[in-house]
Amino acid sequence: MDRIKFLGDVKIRPTLIQLLNLGMIICSALMIWKGLMCITGCESPVVVVLTGSMEPGFKRGDILFLHMNKEPIRAGEIVVYNVDGRDIPIVHRVIKAHERRDTGEIDILTKGDNNQVDDITLYSGGQLWLNLHHIIGRAIGYLPYVGYLTIIMTEMPIVKYLLIGVLALLVITSEE
Amino acid sequence: MHSFGYRANAVLTFGVTMLALMCFLASLSDTFTVPTTSAEVKILNINWFQKQANGNDEVSLTLNVSADLSTLFTWNTKQVFVFVAAEYETPQNALNQVSLWDGIIPSKEHAKFWIHTTNKYRFVDQGSNLKGKDFNLTLHWHIMPKTGKMFADKIVMTGYRLPEEYR
Repeated sequence: MDRIKFLGDVKIRPTLIQLLNLGMIICSALMIWKGLMCITGCESPVVVVLTGSMEPGFKRGDILFLHMNKEPIRAGEIVVYNVDGRDIPIVHRVIKAHERRDTGEIDILTKGDNNQVDDITLYSGGQLWLNLHHIIGRAIGYLPYVGYLTIIMTEMPIVKYLLIGVLALLVITSEE
Repeated sequence: MHSFGYRANAVLTFGVTMLALMCFLASLSDTFTVPTTSAEVKILNINWFQKQANGNDEVSLTLNVSADLSTLFTWNTKQVFVFVAAEYETPQNALNQVSLWDGIIPSKEHAKFWIHTTNKYRFVDQGSNLKGKDFNLTLHWHIMPKTGKMFADKIVMTGYRLPEEYR
């Protein structure tokens, strides 16, 4: 009998408590995410593999756990980087590294395991090397298939809206 | 308390938690393996050694890589990525690592291998410092698991030297 029938019938306190609960859930999720960002030292501690360029090691839909520290980048490490001006992170392996003696700056060339050629065509403009500021993090762990939901939600936005709609409906009509 | 919704929720939560726990344990089991690996890289021939138009030295080599990495494979191993890198230093750079060849070992049966190849990737310096250069050849491997943490290690082989003159 506490469903909302008329506007005048709205019970203020239970509604406020419900909103507060929702706020708590959202805040906890945010805290966990930000906490992970601090621990791993990366802006995005978890990424989803979007392309098949690292097969058979990583397939589309797998997720990678990233970590970043002060250790210098070395050949063989799987790094996630952003090209200047693009927002999509790329996950490839370092095949060449040149570390400058005076500045400590490092020039990096990457390549996807499943690609024939290295990434030089992906770097913006006439850029020949990646530097530390392009690197978001190193991949240290891996889980298969878990990221497929994110891919589906990005490529078919209708699924995302449906999911949010269903969740909102559940929250509003819950009797707690 | 016994509606379909509650039961489905309980089963799903339990299922996902168990799956996550199993993935974690699978990864943990990888930390208990103590591998013994061996590798050898021979330079069979320096095919050519030139200075490019942009001023960078480049050398082409024929290598023989043989290794036994079978102890690295556990039940949680999907594949092992192996590559050979030339490592050297120059007046300008404290460290240079150039990958010459890489390969994927899909299973334990293929882990004891022997390959005769020219360098897959171009051995190009940043500058012109390679004449008479001493360098190491390092065999690196990267264990890619079915789930969990990735491990990497290497064997360093020293004592290689490039010719004093271009050819």
